[in-house]
Amino acid sequence: MSLLTFTRGEICAMNIVTTKLRRFAPRRKAHVIPGFGLSVGVTITLISLIVVIPLLSVLVALSGISWREFWGIVTDKMVLHAYQVSFVCSLIAAVVNCVFGLLLAWVLTRYKFPGRRILDGLIELPFALPTAVAGIALTTIYADQGWIGKIFAPLGIKISYTQVGITIALIFIGIPFVVRSVQPVLEKLDSQYEEAAQMLGASRVRTFFKVLMPELLPALLTGFGLAFSRGLGEYGSVVFIAGNIPYKTQIAPLLIMGKLEQFSYAGATSIALVMIVIAFILLFSINFIQSHMNKAAKNN
Amino acid sequence: MKRQIKANITKILLISTCVIFVGVMLVVPLASVIVYSLREGWQVLAKTVMDQYTIKALQLTLYAAAIAVVFNTVFGLFSSWAITKFRFKGKNFLSTLIDIPFAISPVIAGLIFILIFGRIGWAYDFFNSHDIKVVFAVPGIVLATIFVTFPFVSRELIPLMHAQGTDEEEAAALMGAKGLSVYRRVTLPHIKWGLLYGVILCTARALGEFGAVSVVSGKLRGKTNTLPLHVEQLFQEFHLTASFAAASILVVIAIIILILKNIVEYKGKKEDELHVR
Repeated sequence: MSLLTFTRGEICAMNIVTTKLRRFAPRRKAHVIPGFGLSVGVTITLISLIVVIPLLSVLVALSGISWREFWGIVTDKMVLHAYQVSFVCSLIAAVVNCVFGLLLAWVLTRYKFPGRRILDGLIELPFALPTAVAGIALTTIYADQGWIGKIFAPLGIKISYTQVGITIALIFIGIPFVVRSVQPVLEKLDSQYEEAAQMLGASRVRTFFKVLMPELLPALLTGFGLAFSRGLGEYGSVVFIAGNIPYKTQIAPLLIMGKLEQFSYAGATSIALVMIVIAFILLFSINFIQSHMNKAAKNN
Repeated sequence: MKRQIKANITKILLISTCVIFVGVMLVVPLASVIVYSLREGWQVLAKTVMDQYTIKALQLTLYAAAIAVVFNTVFGLFSSWAITKFRFKGKNFLSTLIDIPFAISPVIAGLIFILIFGRIGWAYDFFNSHDIKVVFAVPGIVLATIFVTFPFVSRELIPLMHAQGTDEEEAAALMGAKGLSVYRRVTLPHIKWGLLYGVILCTARALGEFGAVSVVSGKLRGKTNTLPLHVEQLFQEFHLTASFAAASILVVIAIIILILKNIVEYKGKKEDELHVR
């Protein structure tokens, strides 16, 4: 036996030591850059002051009422109906936005045509336009006398002050989310895979679903999630077109507003808590999808 | 040949669908504000715009937005540095916390400040004894605006700085550069367009915020009314033309913001391409 051979145990021990050292290394390296304490400190302080403490005060405010009271408020028939309207309208709007968002992203990245830059620039209009302005504009043009409402009124279709109107307002507000999620992915996607698929005899539809869709799906889901969660909470653009008719067009944010106007703080806070929980679930799902997307991108 | 024609037809069909969709959903509402505000002529428009309550509301809107943008820009610079340049426990959790204001309804954003500073809030006694009014006053409006626009700048900066990595800053620091000069000379040139983009988005949202502000504002004309709230009030009182006239100020601001945003985006992309080459 030569002196340089190690026993299995020794190799094992060395492995442990090196992995421990490796785990140590990046931490040291990271602190080469200055400003760790300051930046993390400022970040945590400001997040606590602006986000965490205010949100926790929801729980503080609710500590005064019993579980049964809370349950009574949030399962009230009117409240459940408002949740349902919010949920259904946001869902339909998000699905519509997925279809048109995908189409818009595709047209903006794959085709060259006059006015493409203007079309591209207009996509973010719902972000730039104050929601209240969008709200009054949509309500007026979709009312019976309005530009678009006039076309539908003779057919017996009312848009303003119905759930159709709410859905249209939510489509308006959600367009940029889907387009801006999908567009960067489409831009990076090499068209050689599509070409290869078509060379091999796949039809256009099949190429779309088998080659493009798997790549686009995470981005599309992110866009869907963002549009959906924005829709659930949206207030300004919906409040006017909804009209706040109980059991018909009353949505959850409007209900909170109504409870506040009646100084029913327990009611408003209970409904808000349910919405916050739903919003958190959506937020975590979106973050989960996105971190998977980043990992997949790194593997490529 | 046949395939080419078919592809061309699809192209035209898809483009026209998009143009119609954007036209009906986005351009028509925008145009309607301008048309409706001019329905009763220039004089009514001018009268509403020059009205003292409109001007007061515009001033308050600009004031709240300015504070919110400065505050959130400072936060964005610090938080993006902390999250992208270091590794520490709970980093992912921290970056999820930043996103919360995006996920929450603006109405709830207003509500939480009432639960702190309102008559039933736990901080009410303290502020009341010092004679400071927060809710139903200007500070509440500013706070609500800050909350709603909180993530904008950092959300733009974090992915950008994440993609750039830490190598350049490490090299600069190892060669002896001090913190501020690392930031100014190495980091800032990379992120300046992204930063500007975030600031623009933040400004747009801060100027237009409605839900949160409408909960915490007492809606007193000339005192705690922001411009979007003023638009709502006029609309609810059936002063349609006046309401659209006040809204047209916001539309003009929105169009300016949209143009600025596109210029910044374009310049940023151009610079990116130069770097790649």
